[in-house]
Formats: sequence, structure tokens, C-alpha cells
Amino acid sequence: MSDYDVFTVMGADGSATDHDSGLSEAELMHCYRTMLLVRAFDDTAMKLQRSGRIGFSIPNRGIEATQVGAASALRKTDWIFPSYRDFGMPLYHGVEVVEMMHNMFGNSLDGSKGRQMAVHFSFEEPIHFLSISSPIGTHIPQGVGVAHAMKLKGEDSVALISFGDGGTSSSGFHSGLNFAGVWKSPAVFLCQNNGYAISMPTEKQTASDGFAVKGEAYGVPGIVVDGNDLLAVRQVTAEAVARARAGDGPTLIEALTFRMGGHSTSDDPKRYVPQELVDEWEKKDPVMRFEHFLASRGLWKEGDRELLYAECMAEVKEAADTAQATPAPGLETIFSDVYAEVPDHIRAQGEAAFDLARRKGDADGGGGEFPL
Amino acid sequence: MANLTLLQAVTDGLRTAMRDDPTVLVFGEDVGPKGGVFLATEGLTAEFGEERCFDTPLSEDGIVGAAIGMAMNGLKPVAEIQFQDFIFPAFDQIVSEAAKLRYRSGGQYTAPMVIRTPYGGGIRGGLYHSQSGEAYFCHTPGLKVVIPSTPHDAKGLLIAAIQDPDPVLFLEPKALYRTVKGEVPEGSYTVDLSTTRTVRDGDDVTVFCYGAMVPVCAEAAERAAEAGISVHLVDLRTLYPLDEESVLEAARKTGRVVTVHEAPRFCGYAAEISAIIAERVIEYMEAPVTRVTGFDTPFPNTLEHNYLPDHRRVLDAIERVHAF
Repeated sequence: MSDYDVFTVMGADGSATDHDSGLSEAELMHCYRTMLLVRAFDDTAMKLQRSGRIGFSIPNRGIEATQVGAASALRKTDWIFPSYRDFGMPLYHGVEVVEMMHNMFGNSLDGSKGRQMAVHFSFEEPIHFLSISSPIGTHIPQGVGVAHAMKLKGEDSVALISFGDGGTSSSGFHSGLNFAGVWKSPAVFLCQNNGYAISMPTEKQTASDGFAVKGEAYGVPGIVVDGNDLLAVRQVTAEAVARARAGDGPTLIEALTFRMGGHSTSDDPKRYVPQELVDEWEKKDPVMRFEHFLASRGLWKEGDRELLYAECMAEVKEAADTAQATPAPGLETIFSDVYAEVPDHIRAQGEAAFDLARRKGDADGGGGEFPL
Repeated sequence: MANLTLLQAVTDGLRTAMRDDPTVLVFGEDVGPKGGVFLATEGLTAEFGEERCFDTPLSEDGIVGAAIGMAMNGLKPVAEIQFQDFIFPAFDQIVSEAAKLRYRSGGQYTAPMVIRTPYGGGIRGGLYHSQSGEAYFCHTPGLKVVIPSTPHDAKGLLIAAIQDPDPVLFLEPKALYRTVKGEVPEGSYTVDLSTTRTVRDGDDVTVFCYGAMVPVCAEAAERAAEAGISVHLVDLRTLYPLDEESVLEAARKTGRVVTVHEAPRFCGYAAEISAIIAERVIEYMEAPVTRVTGFDTPFPNTLEHNYLPDHRRVLDAIERVHAF
């Protein structure tokens, strides 16, 4: 474990008697509901994948407080450069569940128009949530570039750049932190140390004393926070965001949390995660801990979770049904958005694909003329 | 009109674009007060300040990654990679990020940006200051690849690239930086991307080339003319997306084709030219569609003059396809 103190607000029992989170009661409840919505989305996506209705998903269970706590410190004018396991961030900021489901099904209303696999969300509104790229760490210098542009344009915005423990080994992490340090960019780096990069435990990822320390070499202050403590994550992120907005440069936050599931629906964590570790972290469940806190403020009582979870499940299931009933993207979407204008050679290939669909009676081709 | 070297035309293009559009930024290694290792950015920091022309840390993936972010957020980055040989740490950012951003986000996010980099041999730079990597990048939907060969085109294509809504890789033939001079209009003008340029009109053999091979092929064409062979010489100048129709028309015109580049042969750009001709106008061909290229070896230092196609090798190929 790192020499850095782990910043916490709530006790293990959710106690935080005199803490002022800066969140209203409605915002606290929105955080809670968002965590349950992530859980309902997760549970539904797993069932959809197991029943063959979608091809893939990524479990978020266990790290909801890190996602939601960090997202709660942002304004709508800020930009999120997400990892692929950040479902709580767009949901917190008001992205509709059905928009995420459109991506899970890769249908014609998916932001990516069905070009990316599931969980590769892309949103422009109500907050910039950058289209996810599967290669690890490539978004880190890009987020720094967006932040540098904010600075040059005099914008009062920040870029939150999120990645896992494995992401700290990527070249993008090192170039991104180095550039942000030199440029004093309004960026907040959020390393979600959830114990494993697919199957690789953190000790195989780095010999350094945790991940926050890696910022120091780049002149980027590091801080370690209890990632299962929503109020603590919110506070350190809010402080880092405030520093960034004030022109004082970037911060690297290491959030200690745990992935309570596989890397993806294609992974079996029982092959590499000891059961004792899972049992230990189960007791630190971030949702349960936040419930204790809410209860201490008179905002929660036994039975509330079941009611709210059922409500979230109904919303997610309806979204899944809507997304499944939405048609697949048209054949022309293979050929659009490669460039601002369709070049001749791509047009010729599109026309040939439509022609073949017409001649061979391919229903997917629509049987019409190439529309671009 | 000013009589400028190709290098001066690049600088003029950057300066003109920066004067016309305050969102244009120039950055890379040593491009600030020093003006770049070839001096392509000389005077820009002095005129526009460190916020608009600045040095970056020595990291190509950082330079291109940050450029993508700046482009996403409304600026017009023109990033310099010091030598094209050094671009490969940024290959992922160029090929999988910049080129795919519009597509993968359904048009929500785009990366209109230019990456300038000197490419090719002829300066005794050996393995790592001489490569011609255009074929790697021409295999990348979403990216545009441009190579000028004259001062006029260098400025006009560069300004067009900066104004383009998509990412453009702008490869500068370093061998021509100071060896070609020409008339360059003052102020802003563009040369349309995705058009070719007929260097010399002829009837017997068509030669396709680009970049530093253009003057080499022009010399070969001159010598061919002395031997009674009329060469139709085409500078492709925007390699991707290619103006295929003009290539096919030039190929049909003579029925005899030679394509020349200094990059290695296998899967090189000439292979695509040959394939397009084979697929679409093979019935017009009177001779084997022929390539003159660098060897399928790494780039040598001392013997670079033997590696690089010269007018003798090009002339030899012209004579062979003419006599076939």
C-alpha cells in the first residue's frame, strides 16, 4: 500500500456526522439513484448478453461511488474522457438510459450508428462524454489537448480523464500527464484502481508505491481516495476541479475500489480473483455505505433500495425493449462519416454494395439507391 | 508573386493561415523560438506569440494526441513531427484515433487537424531520417495524405489542408526543401485536395510520381524526349483520397504506365496505382504496368544514391515500356 493517506469522509458504517458535501438533499438522492440505475443497467445487460439479445457488456458493480462521486463534481460545460467502465458518469448528467441501450444493441439510434461494439458510448449532450476507444490510454493526451484548448480559449471548463490501474502503463498516460504538467492544463486525471486490469493484479502492473505517486514525476500532485466513499471521491474531485478552474493545473486522483465482477461478459474472474478478496470488498459495498449515510440524514430507510431498484429496473427494461425494437443502421452508414464529404472511391463502393443488395435481394440493403 | 523555396512556401503557408484564422496553432518539437530543425516555422513565435507557435515535450503520441483534443475543442492544430521516421509512436493516435473519430462517434466529434512532417531521402540521413511511410497512412480511411512537390503547391495544399474538415497528413519532401524554387502567390489561396497535376503533357508513356520523385521524373522525361519518347508526367500530390478518374484518364492516354516512388516496392503506393489500372483500364494497356521504387530493404546511409530512384532508373523503365 501507498505512503499516501487514503482520504475518506464516511466511516465504514456510512457515518459522516458533520460533513458538508456541498450537495443538496435532492442531489444526494440523485447520486444514490444513479448508483442503483447503474446496478440495474448492469444486471439487465448481463441477462441480455446471457440470453443472446446483445453481444457484450462490462460490469460496473463495486465502483459506482467512484463514477458518480467524480461526475457530481462536474458542470455540464466540462468534458468527460471516460474509460469503458464509467456508466454512472453519463447517467448522473442526464443521459437517458435508452440512449445507452441503443448503443448496447448497436441500432440506428446509437450515437456511433452501430459502428462500435457495446459499451462504447458517445454523447455530446447534455455533457461531452467522448466516444470511447478500446485501445487503452489513447484518450489521455486527447483530454489534455481539449483542456489546453479550454485554457487558450479562456473557457472556465475542465476535462475529467478517467482510466483504470492498467491505463497507467500506457504511453498515453505518461505523455498525457507530462504535457498537462508542462502546460498546467485544466485537467483532472482519475485513476480508478479497481485491483485488476482484466486478470492482471496491480503488483504485476507497477513496482511503484501505488499510482498517485506517478503524478509527482510530472509535476502533477497526486491524491489517494477511498473510491467506495462517494462523498470522499466527490470532495477530492471537486477540489481538483477547483484547482484546474483556477488555473493551478492538473491533479492525479487514485481512487481505491474493486471490480465486483468480471472484466466483461467474456471473462470469468473466478480464474484469477481469490474469493476472500471478493468477500472482503463485498462488505465495503459503496451503495450500502451510502445508504447508511443517507439514513443518518433521515433520507433513507429499510426497503427504500428495493423500491428504487425496482423503479430503475422498469426503466432499464423498457429502454432495452425500445432499443431492441429499433431497426439496425442502414447499409449507407458503413460509408458515411468517414470524411465530411463522401469521396468518389467510397461512393463507388457504396453504390456497388447497394447494387449487389438489389440484385441479390438482400433485405438489409433496403433494395434502394445509395443515398449519399 | 514571390520566388520562394519549397521550405519558404511552407512557412508562408503557415503564416498566412495563422494570420487569417486566430484558431490556427503550430506546435511540435523545437518549432518555437528555434523555428524547427529545418526552419519551417521560423519567425512564427515572434509574430504570433508562444500561445500560437510553441514547443512541446519530446513525445510524438503526446503531440498528436493533444492535437486531436485541441481540434475536438474548436482549434485548428498544425502539429509538426520532426522527421516522418519518428511518427510511429503516434501511429495509433493517427490511425485509430484521428482518422476514426468522426466515424466512431457518428459525427459528434471530429478532428480537423494537420500533421506536417518531412519525409524521404537525399540528405544523408540514413535509416531514421530518410523513410517514406506514405503507404502505411494511405491504408487508413478517414485520413487524407498530401505530398507537394512545388513551392506553389506546398503553400496552396497546406492552406487547403488546414481548412479541411478532416485530419490531413502533410508529407514534405525534405530533399526539395531548398533545391526547388518557384513563383508563389502572396496572400491566401488553396490547391484543391484530391486533384492531380499534369507536369508535362505527352503521348507515349505515362509516368505517375509525387514529392521528391517529381523532379527526378521530369529529368528522365526530358532525356526521353531527346530520345524521341514523349512522356506524360503526372504529379499525384494528394495520395489519399486519390483522384482516380484523372489517373485512369492519364493511363488510357498512352497505354503505357510507369509509377515511381522512393518507398519500398512491396505493398507500396505504386501497387495501388497498378491495381486500379489493372481493374479498370487493362484493355488499354500496351505494356506491363511498371514500377520504379526504392528497394525492399531498410534505407541505407552511404549508398542512398543507389537506393533512391534516379533519372537513369526511371528513363530505363520508360524505354522498356515504350519498346514493349
